[in-house]
Amino acid sequence: MRGSLWQLGQSITRRLAHGDKKAVARRCFASEAELKKTVFHDFHVAHGGKMVPFAGWSMPIQYKDSIMDSTINCRQNGSLFDVSHMCGLSLKGKDAVPFLEKLVIADVAGLAPGTGTLTVFTNEKGGAIDDSVITKVTDDHIYLVVNAGCRDKDLAHIEEHMKAFKAKGGDVSWHIHDERSLLALQGPLAAPVLQHLTKEDLSKLFFGEFRVLDINGSQCFLTRTGYTGEDGFEISVPSEHGLDLAKAILEKSEGKVRLTGLGARDSLRLEAGLCLYGNDMEQHITPIEAGLTWAIGKRRRAEGGFLGADVILKQLEEGPKIRRVGFFSSGPPPRSHSEIQDEGGNNIGEITSGGFSPCLQKNIAMGYVKSGLHKAGTKVKIIIRGKPNEGVLTKMPFVPTKYYKPS
Amino acid sequence: MALRMWASSTANALKLSSVSRPHLLPPFSFSRCLSSVLDGLKYADSHEWVKHEGSVATIGITDHAQDHLGEVVYVELPEPGGTVSKKSGFGAVESVKATSDINSPISGEIVEVNKKLTETPGLVNSSPYEDGWMIKVKPSDPSELDSLMGPKEYTKFCEEEDASH
Repeated sequence: MRGSLWQLGQSITRRLAHGDKKAVARRCFASEAELKKTVFHDFHVAHGGKMVPFAGWSMPIQYKDSIMDSTINCRQNGSLFDVSHMCGLSLKGKDAVPFLEKLVIADVAGLAPGTGTLTVFTNEKGGAIDDSVITKVTDDHIYLVVNAGCRDKDLAHIEEHMKAFKAKGGDVSWHIHDERSLLALQGPLAAPVLQHLTKEDLSKLFFGEFRVLDINGSQCFLTRTGYTGEDGFEISVPSEHGLDLAKAILEKSEGKVRLTGLGARDSLRLEAGLCLYGNDMEQHITPIEAGLTWAIGKRRRAEGGFLGADVILKQLEEGPKIRRVGFFSSGPPPRSHSEIQDEGGNNIGEITSGGFSPCLQKNIAMGYVKSGLHKAGTKVKIIIRGKPNEGVLTKMPFVPTKYYKPS
Repeated sequence: MALRMWASSTANALKLSSVSRPHLLPPFSFSRCLSSVLDGLKYADSHEWVKHEGSVATIGITDHAQDHLGEVVYVELPEPGGTVSKKSGFGAVESVKATSDINSPISGEIVEVNKKLTETPGLVNSSPYEDGWMIKVKPSDPSELDSLMGPKEYTKFCEEEDASH
């Protein structure tokens, strides 16, 4: 038998590194001793965390709970994730908004202060460089978080464009929040537990909204968001207070909120129909193809003004050639790169993410098929180890989302 | 220093205990590191076990293997009548997060396949050495078994492999 969770970590790392030649070389040669550690590393190990290499970091893929149990517990009670490997940064200056609008598809100017959204950084061909959650703190301050595996190229990309922008007189600067750590508290108990640790009324903070506030005695950046489909928060905490906060959250939940690793996080985001950059989204995939048309603000569809706008606006007008869709299937769980065929045996696409859904107790997957063949209910064959397996297209999310929104 | 020695001797005692009484779950938090290993079986470095009785050898994956995999959600096995070759793959195990090939420790003809695993793949987790068996093979060369590891050797192999990751 070959393969283990350790190799899974390697596999994800390689996928994330794909398309970034320098990163590939560096990561392939990184020994485990050279992996970066979050401030929670020893805490993870002490709690039975199985640490694996992930995007250059030593991260917990699982704790004592199985991945199956962790996934289900997140949706029933709650999960606490260390996502400090992701990169948080702030853009500041009078022109921070117009600067960022050159790089992402979101209507940043249209965001109210204290609100955020999922967006995509695009390249000149309209392909996705990374997806990111951006938040407008004030009209001259944007806080954003980018994926760990994309950090180096994202920062290089932003820096390059910032130099050009400033050379033309633009007022923008940045700060990378490496002095902070990031926790994701997700699930139905997230809000009641966190409420114990802050005086601010969290029932008035809705999905996508942001606050700077005191939590458990330290100044945190709080966003009501996550990548699980559940109600919950991402909490940026000064690193020196991170451990105290993690312990306080676990203590307040009396054992119901569980430490949860990247393995369950991947199951949760897949069940929620969310893209994993490096699998479901890459440099050659546009936001339109990825099903993120909703993330292009109305004004931006009219005006463009972001990298690759010509390609994207054309796809908006004519429709894309391929589309991301969901699948149910029988037999072995589909994995990335499984071929998709129509019932006549013709290739119509490829799986980009798949696995067994702990909540649904059946196989789920997402991938890209040719436009015109993307209707829910369409029957397909998914080829795994050379054998066809029955599949059917479905809308996503697979598990309904529970974002906290005004009723 | 003394504390470290104490911990080390305790771990050794636990290992002995788990070898001689495989169904006794050690009470300590690091018990996951002490997957059970049975006497009377032979083991491959790709974490399959073989039990040779008479003209038939039964094959499955070890407790150590299923522990690393996590919950098994699908087992893909060949049809009876086919052949397997030493060190070559004959099937696959799917967990929530990973796919792993299963290699045969020996060569021979497949005479029986565990059909229960189609409906209940979790047997590989709950009973890797008994109900979770995978295939039965008529060995073409029983002497191939001689090059496989015994339980003590395999236990040491697993410890070294885990330590290196």
